[in-house]
Amino acid sequence: MKCREVVELMTDYLEGALTSHDRERFEQHIAGCDGCRAYLRQLRLTLRAMRSFEDAPIPERVQEELVQAFRNWRQTSS
Amino acid sequence: MVESSSSGLEALRRGDEATFVDLIQRYHGPMLRLAMAYVRDHHVAEDVVQEAWLTAIKSLDRFEGRSSLKTWISGIVINLARARRRKESRLLTFTALLRRGDPDRREPTVDPSRFTAAGDWRAIPHQWENIPESTLLGRETMQKVQAAIEKLPPKHREVIVLRDVAELDAGPVSELLGISAENQRVRLHRARASVRKALEDYLG
Repeated sequence: MKCREVVELMTDYLEGALTSHDRERFEQHIAGCDGCRAYLRQLRLTLRAMRSFEDAPIPERVQEELVQAFRNWRQTSS
Repeated sequence: MVESSSSGLEALRRGDEATFVDLIQRYHGPMLRLAMAYVRDHHVAEDVVQEAWLTAIKSLDRFEGRSSLKTWISGIVINLARARRRKESRLLTFTALLRRGDPDRREPTVDPSRFTAAGDWRAIPHQWENIPESTLLGRETMQKVQAAIEKLPPKHREVIVLRDVAELDAGPVSELLGISAENQRVRLHRARASVRKALEDYLG
Protein backbone atom coordinates (compact mmCIF):
# COMPACT_ATOMS: atom_id res chain seq x y z
CA MET A 1 0.00 0.00 0.00
CA LYS A 2 1.15 3.48 -0.87
CA CYS A 3 0.55 6.56 1.28
CA ARG A 4 -1.58 8.02 -1.51
CA GLU A 5 -3.93 5.04 -1.18
CA VAL A 6 -3.74 4.75 2.58
CA VAL A 7 -5.09 8.28 3.16
CA GLU A 8 -8.18 7.38 1.15
CA LEU A 9 -8.89 4.38 3.37
CA MET A 10 -8.79 6.31 6.63
CA THR A 11 -12.55 6.71 7.02
CA ASP A 12 -13.22 3.09 6.08
CA TYR A 13 -10.63 2.18 8.69
CA LEU A 14 -12.11 4.38 11.41
CA GLU A 15 -15.58 3.08 10.55
CA GLY A 16 -14.46 -0.52 10.77
CA ALA A 17 -15.44 -1.06 7.15
CA LEU A 18 -12.21 -2.58 5.85
CA THR A 19 -11.96 -6.29 5.20
CA SER A 20 -9.70 -7.99 7.74
CA HIS A 21 -7.09 -8.39 5.02
CA ASP A 22 -7.11 -4.68 4.12
CA ARG A 23 -7.21 -3.72 7.75
CA GLU A 24 -4.09 -5.70 8.41
CA ARG A 25 -2.26 -4.13 5.47
CA PHE A 26 -3.46 -0.71 6.56
CA GLU A 27 -2.21 -1.18 10.11
CA GLN A 28 1.09 -2.53 8.90
CA HIS A 29 1.59 0.51 6.74
CA ILE A 30 0.61 2.92 9.51
CA ALA A 31 2.99 1.26 11.95
CA GLY A 32 5.91 2.03 9.68
CA CYS A 33 4.89 5.37 8.19
CA ASP A 34 5.27 8.63 10.13
CA GLY A 35 3.40 10.60 7.47
CA CYS A 36 0.28 8.47 7.45
CA ARG A 37 0.33 8.19 11.23
CA ALA A 38 0.43 11.98 11.44
CA TYR A 39 -2.41 12.25 8.93
CA LEU A 40 -4.54 9.80 10.91
CA ARG A 41 -3.83 11.77 14.05
CA GLN A 42 -4.91 14.97 12.31
CA LEU A 43 -8.14 13.32 11.26
CA ARG A 44 -8.81 12.14 14.78
CA LEU A 45 -8.18 15.61 16.17
CA THR A 46 -10.48 17.05 13.51
CA LEU A 47 -13.22 14.70 14.70
CA ARG A 48 -12.60 15.73 18.27
CA ALA A 49 -12.93 19.38 17.35
CA MET A 50 -16.24 18.77 15.59
CA ARG A 51 -17.58 16.88 18.57
CA SER A 52 -16.78 19.66 20.95
CA PHE A 53 -18.75 22.51 19.46
CA GLU A 54 -20.25 24.43 22.28
CA ASP A 55 -23.97 24.39 22.01
CA ALA A 56 -26.06 27.45 22.39
CA PRO A 57 -28.63 26.82 25.13
CA ILE A 58 -32.24 26.62 24.09
CA PRO A 59 -33.79 30.10 24.34
CA GLU A 60 -36.04 30.39 27.38
CA ARG A 61 -38.99 31.58 25.35
CA VAL A 62 -38.75 28.57 23.04
CA GLN A 63 -38.47 26.18 25.94
CA GLU A 64 -41.55 27.68 27.59
CA GLU A 65 -43.56 27.39 24.39
CA LEU A 66 -42.53 23.81 23.85
CA VAL A 67 -43.26 22.81 27.43
CA GLN A 68 -46.67 24.42 27.09
CA ALA A 69 -47.32 22.46 23.90
CA PHE A 70 -46.21 19.29 25.70
CA ARG A 71 -48.65 20.00 28.53
CA ASN A 72 -51.47 20.60 26.07
CA TRP A 73 -50.72 17.35 24.34
CA ARG A 74 -50.72 15.50 27.66
CA GLN A 75 -54.08 16.98 28.59
CA THR A 76 -55.76 16.13 25.32
CA SER A 77 -54.26 12.67 25.03
CA SER A 78 -55.07 11.45 28.51
CA MET B 1 -30.63 9.58 30.44
CA VAL B 2 -33.14 9.58 27.67
CA GLU B 3 -30.75 8.72 24.85
CA SER B 4 -31.14 5.09 24.03
CA SER B 5 -33.68 3.80 26.44
CA SER B 6 -37.26 3.00 25.76
CA SER B 7 -37.90 4.20 29.30
CA GLY B 8 -37.29 7.72 28.01
CA LEU B 9 -39.98 7.21 25.43
CA GLU B 10 -42.33 5.73 28.01
CA ALA B 11 -41.75 8.66 30.32
CA LEU B 12 -42.55 11.03 27.48
CA ARG B 13 -45.74 9.21 26.64
CA ARG B 14 -46.73 9.36 30.29
CA GLY B 15 -46.30 13.09 29.95
CA ASP B 16 -43.25 13.38 32.16
CA GLU B 17 -42.27 17.01 31.85
CA ALA B 18 -38.74 16.67 33.28
CA THR B 19 -37.90 14.08 30.63
CA PHE B 20 -39.21 16.37 27.93
CA VAL B 21 -37.22 19.35 29.19
CA ASP B 22 -34.09 17.24 29.45
CA LEU B 23 -34.58 16.11 25.88
CA ILE B 24 -35.10 19.52 24.33
CA GLN B 25 -32.20 21.00 26.27
CA ARG B 26 -29.82 18.23 25.35
CA TYR B 27 -30.69 18.08 21.68
CA HIS B 28 -31.29 21.74 20.99
CA GLY B 29 -27.67 22.42 20.02
CA PRO B 30 -27.11 19.40 17.76
CA MET B 31 -30.51 19.86 16.10
CA LEU B 32 -29.84 23.53 15.49
CA ARG B 33 -26.56 22.64 13.82
CA LEU B 34 -28.32 20.01 11.80
CA ALA B 35 -30.93 22.50 10.61
CA MET B 36 -28.16 24.91 9.73
CA ALA B 37 -26.69 22.30 7.42
CA TYR B 38 -29.68 23.08 5.20
CA VAL B 39 -30.74 26.64 5.94
CA ARG B 40 -28.11 29.30 6.49
CA ASP B 41 -30.16 31.73 8.48
CA HIS B 42 -29.89 31.16 12.20
CA HIS B 43 -33.43 32.34 12.91
CA VAL B 44 -34.90 30.13 10.23
CA ALA B 45 -32.95 27.21 11.71
CA GLU B 46 -34.34 28.02 15.18
CA ASP B 47 -37.84 28.00 13.70
CA VAL B 48 -37.24 24.67 12.05
CA VAL B 49 -36.06 23.08 15.29
CA GLN B 50 -38.99 24.46 17.23
CA GLU B 51 -41.43 23.25 14.59
CA ALA B 52 -39.74 19.84 14.68
CA TRP B 53 -40.37 19.52 18.41
CA LEU B 54 -43.98 20.53 17.96
CA THR B 55 -44.33 17.93 15.23
CA ALA B 56 -42.66 15.36 17.49
CA ILE B 57 -45.08 16.08 20.33
CA LYS B 58 -48.02 15.60 18.01
CA SER B 59 -46.64 12.32 16.69
CA LEU B 60 -45.51 10.88 20.03
CA ASP B 61 -48.42 8.47 20.13
CA ARG B 62 -47.56 7.15 16.71
CA PHE B 63 -43.80 6.88 17.20
CA GLU B 64 -43.03 3.20 17.48
CA GLY B 65 -39.57 3.48 18.95
CA ARG B 66 -37.89 1.51 16.19
CA SER B 67 -35.17 4.12 16.03
CA SER B 68 -33.75 6.14 18.91
CA LEU B 69 -35.47 9.35 19.89
CA LYS B 70 -32.47 11.25 18.62
CA THR B 71 -32.64 9.63 15.19
CA TRP B 72 -36.37 10.21 15.07
CA ILE B 73 -36.16 13.90 15.90
CA SER B 74 -33.24 14.28 13.49
CA GLY B 75 -35.41 12.91 10.70
CA ILE B 76 -38.13 15.43 11.46
CA VAL B 77 -35.60 18.27 11.49
CA ILE B 78 -34.15 17.13 8.15
CA ASN B 79 -37.55 16.99 6.47
CA LEU B 80 -38.63 20.38 7.70
CA ALA B 81 -35.27 21.99 6.95
CA ARG B 82 -35.21 20.60 3.42
CA ALA B 83 -38.70 21.90 2.78
CA ARG B 84 -37.64 25.34 4.00
CA ARG B 85 -34.57 25.31 1.81
CA ARG B 86 -36.53 24.33 -1.27
CA LYS B 87 -38.98 27.11 -0.66
CA GLU B 88 -36.31 29.71 -0.17
CA SER B 89 -33.72 28.90 -2.75
CA ARG B 90 -35.14 27.37 -5.88
CA LEU B 91 -32.91 29.40 -8.19
CA LEU B 92 -29.86 28.87 -6.09
CA THR B 93 -30.36 25.12 -6.01
CA PHE B 94 -30.40 24.91 -9.77
CA THR B 95 -27.09 26.68 -10.24
CA ALA B 96 -25.61 24.74 -7.35
CA LEU B 97 -26.64 21.54 -9.12
CA LEU B 98 -24.80 22.55 -12.24
CA ARG B 99 -21.70 23.39 -10.30
CA ARG B 100 -21.66 20.28 -8.20
CA GLY B 101 -19.92 17.05 -9.09
CA ASP B 102 -21.03 13.59 -8.09
CA PRO B 103 -21.00 13.57 -4.28
CA ASP B 104 -20.59 9.81 -4.15
CA ARG B 105 -17.54 9.44 -6.31
CA ARG B 106 -14.36 8.36 -4.66
CA GLU B 107 -11.73 10.83 -5.70
CA PRO B 108 -8.45 11.97 -4.16
CA THR B 109 -9.11 13.95 -1.00
CA VAL B 110 -5.48 14.94 -0.53
CA ASP B 111 -3.73 17.22 -2.97
CA PRO B 112 -1.87 14.83 -5.35
CA SER B 113 1.15 17.13 -5.32
CA ARG B 114 1.78 16.09 -1.73
CA PHE B 115 2.88 12.68 -2.95
CA THR B 116 5.81 11.56 -5.05
CA ALA B 117 5.18 9.80 -8.34
CA ALA B 118 5.55 6.55 -6.40
CA GLY B 119 2.78 7.62 -4.00
CA ASP B 120 4.80 8.43 -0.87
CA TRP B 121 4.57 11.67 1.10
CA ARG B 122 6.91 14.36 -0.19
CA ALA B 123 6.80 16.09 3.18
CA ILE B 124 4.96 14.44 6.01
CA PRO B 125 2.00 16.17 7.67
CA HIS B 126 2.50 17.89 10.98
CA GLN B 127 1.76 15.87 14.08
CA TRP B 128 0.06 18.80 15.81
CA GLU B 129 1.60 17.41 18.99
CA ASN B 130 2.78 20.76 20.28
CA ILE B 131 -0.53 22.47 19.83
CA PRO B 132 -2.10 23.12 23.22
CA GLU B 133 -5.63 21.96 23.89
CA SER B 134 -6.73 25.55 24.34
CA THR B 135 -5.73 26.31 20.76
CA LEU B 136 -7.01 23.10 19.27
CA LEU B 137 -10.43 23.52 20.80
CA GLY B 138 -10.25 27.29 21.05
CA ARG B 139 -12.74 29.70 19.60
CA GLU B 140 -10.76 30.58 16.53
CA THR B 141 -10.13 26.96 15.58
CA MET B 142 -13.79 26.15 16.04
CA GLN B 143 -14.71 29.03 13.76
CA LYS B 144 -12.45 27.58 11.09
CA VAL B 145 -14.09 24.20 11.50
CA GLN B 146 -17.53 25.77 11.30
CA ALA B 147 -16.61 27.72 8.17
CA ALA B 148 -15.17 24.61 6.53
CA ILE B 149 -18.38 22.68 7.20
CA GLU B 150 -20.47 25.51 5.77
CA LYS B 151 -18.44 25.50 2.58
CA LEU B 152 -19.05 21.81 1.88
CA PRO B 153 -21.41 20.64 -0.84
CA PRO B 154 -24.82 20.09 0.82
CA LYS B 155 -24.72 16.31 0.46
CA HIS B 156 -21.38 16.12 2.22
CA ARG B 157 -22.40 18.68 4.78
CA GLU B 158 -25.50 16.83 5.96
CA VAL B 159 -23.55 13.61 6.47
CA ILE B 160 -20.74 15.17 8.46
CA VAL B 161 -23.11 17.18 10.64
CA LEU B 162 -25.19 14.12 11.40
CA ARG B 163 -22.20 11.88 12.05
CA ASP B 164 -19.56 14.08 13.59
CA VAL B 165 -21.44 17.00 15.09
CA ALA B 166 -24.76 15.45 16.12
CA GLU B 167 -22.93 12.14 16.67
CA LEU B 168 -25.47 9.77 15.19
CA ASP B 169 -24.38 6.27 14.20
CA ALA B 170 -23.71 5.25 10.61
CA GLY B 171 -26.74 2.99 10.25
CA PRO B 172 -29.40 5.53 11.23
CA VAL B 173 -27.73 8.20 9.09
CA SER B 174 -27.76 6.05 5.94
CA GLU B 175 -31.38 5.30 6.65
CA LEU B 176 -32.36 8.91 7.34
CA LEU B 177 -30.75 10.07 4.11
CA GLY B 178 -31.83 7.09 2.06
CA ILE B 179 -28.31 6.25 0.89
CA SER B 180 -26.21 3.11 0.99
CA ALA B 181 -23.72 2.51 3.77
CA GLU B 182 -20.93 2.86 1.26
CA ASN B 183 -22.11 6.18 -0.15
CA GLN B 184 -22.51 7.43 3.37
CA ARG B 185 -18.87 6.58 4.04
CA VAL B 186 -17.66 8.15 0.80
CA ARG B 187 -19.45 11.40 1.59
CA LEU B 188 -18.22 11.34 5.16
CA HIS B 189 -14.66 10.71 4.03
CA ARG B 190 -14.66 13.56 1.56
CA ALA B 191 -16.26 15.89 4.08
CA ARG B 192 -13.81 15.00 6.85
CA ALA B 193 -10.88 15.40 4.50
CA SER B 194 -12.03 18.92 3.61
CA VAL B 195 -12.41 19.93 7.23
CA ARG B 196 -9.02 18.43 8.09
CA LYS B 197 -7.49 20.39 5.23
CA ALA B 198 -8.99 23.62 6.55
CA LEU B 199 -7.54 22.89 9.98
CA GLU B 200 -4.16 22.11 8.47
CA ASP B 201 -4.23 25.39 6.58
CA TYR B 202 -4.84 27.12 9.88
CA LEU B 203 -2.73 25.11 12.35
CA GLY B 204 0.11 24.27 10.00
